Amino acid sequence: MDIFLLEAIVNGILLGGVLALLALGLNLIFGVIDVVWIAYAELVMIGMYAIYWLHVFYGWPLLAACAVAILGVALAGVLVHRLIIAPILDTAPINQLLATGGLLFFLQSLATLLFGTNFRNIGLKLPIIEIGDMFLSYARLMAFVVAVLGAILLWLFLSRTFTGTAIRAIAQDRQIMGLMGVEPKRVYLIVSALGGGLAGLAACLLVLQYDVHPYIGLSFGPITFMICVLGGLGNLLGGFVAAFIMAQIISVGGFFFSIEMSYVLAFVFFIVLMFVKPQGLFSK
Amino acid sequence: MSDRGRFLPLGAAALALALVPLFGPPSYVMHMAVQILLWSFIYTAWSIMGRFGLVSLGHGAFLGIGMYVPALLWNLYGVTPWLGIPLGVLLAVLSALVIGWPCFRLKVVGHYFALVTLALTEVARLSIIAARDITGGSLGMTPKPVPGGHSWWALQFVDKAYFFWIGLGLWLFGLWAWRAVDRSMRNPALEAIAEDETAAAAIGIGVTRLKLEVTLISAALTALGGAAMGQYLQYLNPETHAGIGISLQIVFAAIAGGMYAMLGPTVGAVLTLVLTEALRIAFGTTLIGAANTIYGVLLILFIIFMPRGIVGLIEERLRARGAKA
Amino acid sequence: MAEPQPMLALDGVSAAYGGFQALFGVSLTVAPGEAIGVVGPNGAGKTTLMRVISGLIPPRQGRIAFEGQQVGGWPAHRIVAGGIAHVPENRRLFPALSVADNLRMGAFVPAARGRYAERLAWVYELFPRLKERQHQLAGTLSGGEQQMCAIGRALMSGPRLLLMDEPSAGLAPVVVEQVFALVRRIRAEGFTVLIVEQNVRQMLELVDRAYLLDVGRIRMSGTAAELRANPDIQRAYLGM
Repeated sequence: MDIFLLEAIVNGILLGGVLALLALGLNLIFGVIDVVWIAYAELVMIGMYAIYWLHVFYGWPLLAACAVAILGVALAGVLVHRLIIAPILDTAPINQLLATGGLLFFLQSLATLLFGTNFRNIGLKLPIIEIGDMFLSYARLMAFVVAVLGAILLWLFLSRTFTGTAIRAIAQDRQIMGLMGVEPKRVYLIVSALGGGLAGLAACLLVLQYDVHPYIGLSFGPITFMICVLGGLGNLLGGFVAAFIMAQIISVGGFFFSIEMSYVLAFVFFIVLMFVKPQGLFSK
Repeated sequence: MSDRGRFLPLGAAALALALVPLFGPPSYVMHMAVQILLWSFIYTAWSIMGRFGLVSLGHGAFLGIGMYVPALLWNLYGVTPWLGIPLGVLLAVLSALVIGWPCFRLKVVGHYFALVTLALTEVARLSIIAARDITGGSLGMTPKPVPGGHSWWALQFVDKAYFFWIGLGLWLFGLWAWRAVDRSMRNPALEAIAEDETAAAAIGIGVTRLKLEVTLISAALTALGGAAMGQYLQYLNPETHAGIGISLQIVFAAIAGGMYAMLGPTVGAVLTLVLTEALRIAFGTTLIGAANTIYGVLLILFIIFMPRGIVGLIEERLRARGAKA
Repeated sequence: MAEPQPMLALDGVSAAYGGFQALFGVSLTVAPGEAIGVVGPNGAGKTTLMRVISGLIPPRQGRIAFEGQQVGGWPAHRIVAGGIAHVPENRRLFPALSVADNLRMGAFVPAARGRYAERLAWVYELFPRLKERQHQLAGTLSGGEQQMCAIGRALMSGPRLLLMDEPSAGLAPVVVEQVFALVRRIRAEGFTVLIVEQNVRQMLELVDRAYLLDVGRIRMSGTAAELRANPDIQRAYLGM
């Protein structure tokens, strides 16, 4: 096989890890609270700026900056729920999607206001790994490993803890959660924090590979939504698998065509599949 | 009140508006007026389907297609927009058909519908960027200007009055289309569908067909508005005219004005454009982003506190007063 | 001699669903260790009564005291933490969670978490069938097994009072027998039980006292034997 094609496939797998992490966060929120945070990728952007700001301006060690970013975006997630979603939780679901659309505008412009439209990067030079004739980016490999570790941790949390079990249970029967001693409002806040935290973790991984600018959310936000729908909104495992499928289309498509065309392919693939399996790839 | 009686004042108002350019208002005022008319038309077009619970984020695609098809045909082959615009509208309608028919047949609604149509918008945006050899990619493009800048053949005019009249005509056409949907048997049936799709189907309403009809009407009008906008601005950009940003902008303006009332989207256009301008003037260019930051917050507040929009609120107040009297 | 303080005491409780009032000044008491039944026709307000006690619906009027504490108006999650577990009508298991996860949900309240392993072993001992099926999804269990799981889930919170809403509803006659055997087991374990049932004949063999609820009001109360002997009850519910 062509070594460059193989490289594209491997890169696709590595990209899939980060997309899977994003999809997990979004799906968690959708599955539990039944809302779509259309500004999810913009929360990732805040995290990236936070890392850039702390690390480059204030000279914090990168790991500390990342830790603060994860916590900060988790807090932002809680605020999104408390300030935007909770007041309109009982209205038409599309209102919640649109309200977070307003948040998307707000965060984009806020970033422009604070940082300008320049592309910024943390200036970290990570080595390139050479395997045979293949060149792989160390940053991508690391992002993949951390993303998979993050997913495993999330899985352990959801399957082994009381709160995790409640998170899996709540969408199946909201009304009786009180009889279990669960206060749905608190679960929603925990899930919002968790979703935010996953966005923060994704920010740490993306800031290693990409420059941050106010519109970066637009470059991976839509694809993340498509991945979630493809896997079945709220279906964590489905979204996880769909992320790797989409990443493969993007990476291999980029090898044969241009990068934009590869995204077009991914979206067309998505649209076509929606008609075959409207409830997601893994619906019965 | 009879329809005739209702339309008489509107007709008079339209006539009066049509005379405005003859008094030679300042260019800036004309610019705002043209923008308001064209966006009003586009927002009305979106609301024609949006008011029935079909919240589409795909209108960025219809707008972009309507804009780029005539501009590309003109630049590449010298085809007049008189032919290019219908072709663009046709292509937009076809893409609406491709996405709408399976969606409605398979009962894709709510979040899913919004996200599927968002994919269409992204396909349009990324395709335009990918074809950068002819579209200029993210840098945007300009239709080749005609010498002197005034040509009916190229639909290019230096005098903004022409676009004012075109905009006015389109806006009235949009309102007429809204009325036409209302007057046909479609409106009650569509409202029944928005209320409860299964029940509507059970009483013999052709759900798929009706939804598709309003979707195609909405897409066609949006593409037409996009074409006019492109001819007026003489500048096309995939990021501002085809992506998720413009799709959300359309939805927001329609919601802010009130998408359930005929003049709601128009009020939304006036409101958002005036607001954007006011914020831009207030903050100048020193603080890039400040205006949109406030705009974003206002949008959130609108959806939380006034989901039926300004016109919806006014109607509610009037009804309350009427009930009291 | 003063009467012992009741475990649960409802005093003039009214409640409504939306605009529809379902309970009108209901008073009843449950003493520690007792099994109390509530009978009544469909729509009498039996389920509403259970929901008011467990906090799923706030009372409009009246007082609800549990072990001397006023709990009326508390949200459900506080009431279950306070010691009242509710086995809801139609069981309401989480169908896509395993049996073990359903039981874990039952132990969600902070006080129950520490004793989770111990209680799980005990529930498995009570219902060995649940242990066999612990990894199976609850939605795939048979009706009787589901009722076992629902009761087990309620027991996991370590309640002192168990509310059971129509435990035999929708089950085949043979399974109904099994369910009543389960309830007897629970009684034998020393739990205080308040049970609502359509199956009046079998319930009256099980409980100490019972109340007749009709259109939201208590019409009659007495020992199980008294109710069994009452001609109205015999005609309306026992088919005599």
